[in-house]
Amino acid sequence: MVPTDVTDPAYYHRVVDCQWACPAHTDVPEYIRLVAQGRHTEAYLLNRESNVFPGILGRTCDRPCEPACRRTRVDGKPVAICRLKRVAADHRGDVSAHLPTAPSLSNGRRIALVGAGPASLTVCNDLAPLGYACVVFEKLDRPGGLMRTNIPAFRLPPRVLDEEIAMITGMGVEMRYSTPVDSMRGLLDEGWDAVFVGSGAPKGKELDLPGRWDAPDRVHVGIQWLESVHFGHVDAVGPRVLIIGVGNTAMDCCRTAKRLGATEVRVMARRSRPHFKASAWELDDAQEEGVEIVENHAPRRFVLDGGRLVGMEFDRLAWSEGPDGRARSEVVETVLLPCDDVVLAIGQDNAFPWIERDVGIEFGEWDMPVVDRTTFQSSRPGVFFGGDAAWGPENIIWAVEHGHQAAISIHNHCRGLPLAERPAWGMNLGSARLGMHAWEYSNDYEPAPRTRMNHVDLVARFEALDTEVELGFTPEQTAREVERCLNCDIETHFGAELCIECDACIDVCPASCLTITQDVESEDALRARLTAPAVNLQQPMYVSAPLPQTLRVMVKDEDICIHCGLCAERCPTAAWDMQKFQLLISYAGRPACPSHASV
Amino acid sequence: MTSIAKPPIRHPGLERNALGLTRRDYEGAMSTLCAGCGHDSVTAALVQALFEMSVTPHRVAKLSGIGCSSKTTAYFLRQAHGFNSVHGRMPSIATGVGAANRALTLVGVSGDGDSLSIGLGQLCHAIRRNVDMLYVLENNGVYGLTKGQFSASADVGSKAKRGEANLQQPMDPVLLALTLGATFVARGFSGDKEQLVPLLKAGLAHRGFALVDVVSPCVTFNDHEGSTKSYLSTRKRHRDVAPVDFVPLGREITASYGAGEALSVTMHDGSRVRFRKLADDYDPTDREAAYRHVSRAQAKGEVVTGLLYVQPGAPEMHALAGTVDEPLVDLPFEALCPGSAALDELMAELG
Repeated sequence: MVPTDVTDPAYYHRVVDCQWACPAHTDVPEYIRLVAQGRHTEAYLLNRESNVFPGILGRTCDRPCEPACRRTRVDGKPVAICRLKRVAADHRGDVSAHLPTAPSLSNGRRIALVGAGPASLTVCNDLAPLGYACVVFEKLDRPGGLMRTNIPAFRLPPRVLDEEIAMITGMGVEMRYSTPVDSMRGLLDEGWDAVFVGSGAPKGKELDLPGRWDAPDRVHVGIQWLESVHFGHVDAVGPRVLIIGVGNTAMDCCRTAKRLGATEVRVMARRSRPHFKASAWELDDAQEEGVEIVENHAPRRFVLDGGRLVGMEFDRLAWSEGPDGRARSEVVETVLLPCDDVVLAIGQDNAFPWIERDVGIEFGEWDMPVVDRTTFQSSRPGVFFGGDAAWGPENIIWAVEHGHQAAISIHNHCRGLPLAERPAWGMNLGSARLGMHAWEYSNDYEPAPRTRMNHVDLVARFEALDTEVELGFTPEQTAREVERCLNCDIETHFGAELCIECDACIDVCPASCLTITQDVESEDALRARLTAPAVNLQQPMYVSAPLPQTLRVMVKDEDICIHCGLCAERCPTAAWDMQKFQLLISYAGRPACPSHASV
Repeated sequence: MTSIAKPPIRHPGLERNALGLTRRDYEGAMSTLCAGCGHDSVTAALVQALFEMSVTPHRVAKLSGIGCSSKTTAYFLRQAHGFNSVHGRMPSIATGVGAANRALTLVGVSGDGDSLSIGLGQLCHAIRRNVDMLYVLENNGVYGLTKGQFSASADVGSKAKRGEANLQQPMDPVLLALTLGATFVARGFSGDKEQLVPLLKAGLAHRGFALVDVVSPCVTFNDHEGSTKSYLSTRKRHRDVAPVDFVPLGREITASYGAGEALSVTMHDGSRVRFRKLADDYDPTDREAAYRHVSRAQAKGEVVTGLLYVQPGAPEMHALAGTVDEPLVDLPFEALCPGSAALDELMAELG
């Protein structure tokens, strides 16, 4: 086989599962080590570099990193990556001296941004320090977008939002609150150098079943309802509430309903739990609060009695696999569930009534703008989309990454450079060895199970709508949880030319991930020769250059390597070394490799 | 040394043996030998062989003397019995253990110093008695623990780390064992587990004294240019007489052989040792032919490896001594020591 090219940053990057899975490629193992050392400020700043909102994300992130975490493959539960981010945010010192600042002189370029959510704010974060004059148009009287109006305060305190948004607006970003943009043509006529649309997917989906409009004040659309709660327009709900849908918005709705006085809250799902869109931990949190999750119930109609909503009728479904391999349902029975309120949380749609269809912005399927996946530019040069506005609802961390990429495009656009020319990424790789058997990371394996988050008790948490439920980790919990991290960025780096084929590494490896074998042509044939059979074919395999003595090759199945460093400790010739990998990510105006053309 | 103990995690796809154990269950303490020591590979090969044979861990006695090699019994089978004896006296201890409890599987690990210098006489007599044990001799040609002086197995002309050549004739444990009437003689190389593991398995299955001499390079004092027991030199010079497959009882051979290409030797328990493609009409059941082949190859500077000689039917120590089938440790005290009346009776008979 062709020897693995570890000089390509993508190879070692992929070994760092969390960082690979993170849309913004946050350097997770490094910030966890900083937290372990009590260097919370540095850990916070490292996070902020890539994900911009560590305090917010440390409470609300959808955590694509955690299902990817290598620890899951080792003992079943990922490292509590997200909550360790919160530890960094909670305990950081004053970071004001380390934040990016805008230069005193503008570069003369003016950028208009629609919506003050995470995507637009990230664009400002990246462009303001380069001298761009950023102007944000926000229809509400406060910034944050759905982060503020849709995530309840018991999950994300407004103080945290305000602080982190102020770090961006404080760079001289002009915020025009209560200023909805109602015409794209009008905006374009103002002569901006670029326009960024980060207006989200603000329209909750309707459920047009019989009876829907007969008691409109008792049937609510989830995200609008949460917004009304946020602004205090809604402060009560009936005792029996049905939530339709089982995504993360549904979780916020059911828990909010409990805080507004509901005593019997049911979340109604069409399918069974493995198919739920809500994150497992959000389901757990809802159930802890006494919310009932009802599976396999499809809504049929709203039931009214004398003009008053009294319940909802559902088809109870049995699911099976059809001849085409797809799931199909059968109605088992029809049931009536009594209720006083219904909240619809079955998804969100984009809405662009304010974009005229003749301004050169092409709209495609489902009336969505046509946006380039790499450059985030629409079909009209100089108009960019990001966040939920680009391709429909995602989550905050994706919006942040969209913002970073759009900022690179806007920077290129304003300098007349081709947008498709993206600044390359680089890497640093250096030995982590400090002495004979001393490493610059904690290489011992911590067998402790994942630390459970402490919650406010089940009485106190319902007393006020904004009592934050999660208490954060105690110092003891943090100290234990950081040690669960396997330091996947401390890479096992192999120099084939040094190997004397003594087998020491293979013999000592606790995860049986190393093999020396005759080279063969195909990956499948090589996998068949491994010391332990590859159980996860999604994980890459490292293949060395031919070894000097026998021309065999060293093969490493990356799947469950725990980066303990024993291969390097037992290697007599230092052919194996543990090397710290640092991914160098390019941002607008800050390329990882300065020689690149689009600097 | 390593900074940490081997973490307890396991690969989820690890194979399990007839006892439901994985290879990791046959490991011992962390090695404190030098990084890259051949002995650690021999340990790993022993772990693999014991695992594949589904040996019950607590029914094994590990025996050793003094030296780097003799430390290694601590590094496998942590659940087994162990006895780390005086320098060179392991064969006697093993004989005693075997005499007292013939139900145990005996695994002795020694080195070229422990077996060929201070313990030479002990080794010879264990072979003579045909003690039922696996005797692994980790052979690196130097006294590593005392910083690299030549041992009795150093080849003439082999250079020490500081440059001086050895002038004295080497002692070859394989030739020695053949002349002493050993019933199982094999040689392996720590850097070739594909060959070594089946040899160790055959040695474990053999009833009687099974000597496996393993060239096991000393990475610190004897792995340089000019040494004849370095990894590189051994790789260049070792010649396998015939790849061996160990076929446990009741398991069919999956590989197919042409007529005359293979030789099968049945062990006492019905398992078989299968030789693939024997070199130069080599016959591993002919003692004289084996001696000739090994000594001729040695003259040419080659290291012959493989299962060199096997004689499965020979009586081992208990058969020679006519002891009872039941292990002596399991006999009641009255049977073992019938008292002074019985002694008087015996004396009267002799009188």
